[in-house]
Amino acid sequence: MKRYSAFAIAREAARYHTGWERAWRSPEPKSHYDVIIIGAGGHGLATAYYLGKNYGITNVAVIEKGWLGGGNTGRNTTIIRSNYLQDPSAAIYEKARSLYETMSQDLNYNVMFSPRGVIMLAQTEHEIRGYQRTAHANALQGVKTEWIGPERVKQLVPIIELSGPRYPVLGGLWQSRGGTARHDAVAWGYARACSNMGMDIIQQCEVTGIDKSDGNVTGIQTTKGAIKCNKLGMVVAGNSGHLADMAGFRLPLESVALQALVSEPIKPCMDVVVMANTVHGYMSQSDKGEMVIGGGTDGFNNYTQRGSFHHLEETVRALIETFPMISRLKMLRHWGGIVDVTGDRSPIIGTTPLGNCYINCGWGTGGFKAIPGSGWAMAEVIATGEPQGLAAEFGLNRFQEGRFIDESVAAGVAH
Amino acid sequence: MLILTCPNCGIAADETELHADGQAHITRHGAGASDDDLETYLFMRNNPKGVHFERWRHVYGCGKWFHAARCTMTLEVFGTYPAQTLEPPKELVAKIKKKRPDWEGFVK
Repeated sequence: MKRYSAFAIAREAARYHTGWERAWRSPEPKSHYDVIIIGAGGHGLATAYYLGKNYGITNVAVIEKGWLGGGNTGRNTTIIRSNYLQDPSAAIYEKARSLYETMSQDLNYNVMFSPRGVIMLAQTEHEIRGYQRTAHANALQGVKTEWIGPERVKQLVPIIELSGPRYPVLGGLWQSRGGTARHDAVAWGYARACSNMGMDIIQQCEVTGIDKSDGNVTGIQTTKGAIKCNKLGMVVAGNSGHLADMAGFRLPLESVALQALVSEPIKPCMDVVVMANTVHGYMSQSDKGEMVIGGGTDGFNNYTQRGSFHHLEETVRALIETFPMISRLKMLRHWGGIVDVTGDRSPIIGTTPLGNCYINCGWGTGGFKAIPGSGWAMAEVIATGEPQGLAAEFGLNRFQEGRFIDESVAAGVAH
Repeated sequence: MLILTCPNCGIAADETELHADGQAHITRHGAGASDDDLETYLFMRNNPKGVHFERWRHVYGCGKWFHAARCTMTLEVFGTYPAQTLEPPKELVAKIKKKRPDWEGFVK
């Protein structure tokens, strides 16, 4: 693989850009791999990458039924933060956030990480108390966040209306080192690095069955034939329940639609990320100038990647009260993704009832920010065969043992 | 927009009038149940790609609970029926089976 650099751009400019090579290979599947990862989204590719980088396991295939990064990795609103209440969450999300800081250098791929800062607005008395508690918890966890008053919010976000009739801004939880990154680039960067380590990324290849013998996984059936493996990692977000069904176990998940939309591009007006959890409105401005807006989930099971229009309407209606200047903006596109939500709104990373089969799912509405940390933790679980390290608390057994990592209570809403 | 006919009051209600409450026909376990049973009751869900039986409440209408059979792949509604039952009506299961020959049938 040729490295990307300023020198490479100059070299290619001098020869009419004829020397750029494909970022990753698209090979046919081999008959056997040490590890197969199902799902070439951010989490799956990051898992493969850290298997190679941290454990030297490179006889790996990443299988994808659609195209690389075409699921929730390409459908989220790219917010990165780690201001979670519970210790295991703060640990894995902070690991992820810190890995984002050096990801472009690490992968030799510009993921456009922009640590512009994230504010979570407090718009009710309950939220003031909740976020102050989170700020104290973060201080103990070593995650830098602070509680700020309305004047400071206005200073950071001049376009905000503090005294809205329904949703006044009473303060906020400010994480100055949170921000955004280019979501596609994260998937592409990992894919390029994985391919460079000799891993096979196989797109347009749907898994149709899981092969088992004596309670252990032995391989998978796909639309490109049977592939054998020693270990299997399932990292397929909304389709986890479907895949688990093939493997013969159940998961504590429900798949629902989550929506987002972007406006027409306008001049720079907001250089931080603003999250309004009470009204399910999440807004930032992309480098192209579009206002990127995330909404809430629908209440019912859905695999169609389309959400209900009235949820978008509710989100936009509330955001217009907080940001009156966006009321005249035209919305250019809106879309939905299928997110897998657990009972405690925390992910599942660990072993499964099937031997040598590991799962990483349940990231729900907030998986993008976790991609590097999730891959790091999942790689450790697959390499060692034990749920340990960052993943230790996130096992499937926590639902039976009552050891919840309860972020639904902490956030009050999806997060 | 999802439209379900409430079997209690007969009104064809759109989803803004309704509240979804997840999988129907779950066996409820109480004190003295095994860890497995409690986990299944509280957390494990079918989450199928396809035919799904669910609980809904006509919250901004008659206020009553009912059940619906829906396809999660197409959002097609197969039918609704009263909540006072342990499994879906046979006619509804037959109707779904006709439309979805590959469907494995009702699984609790």
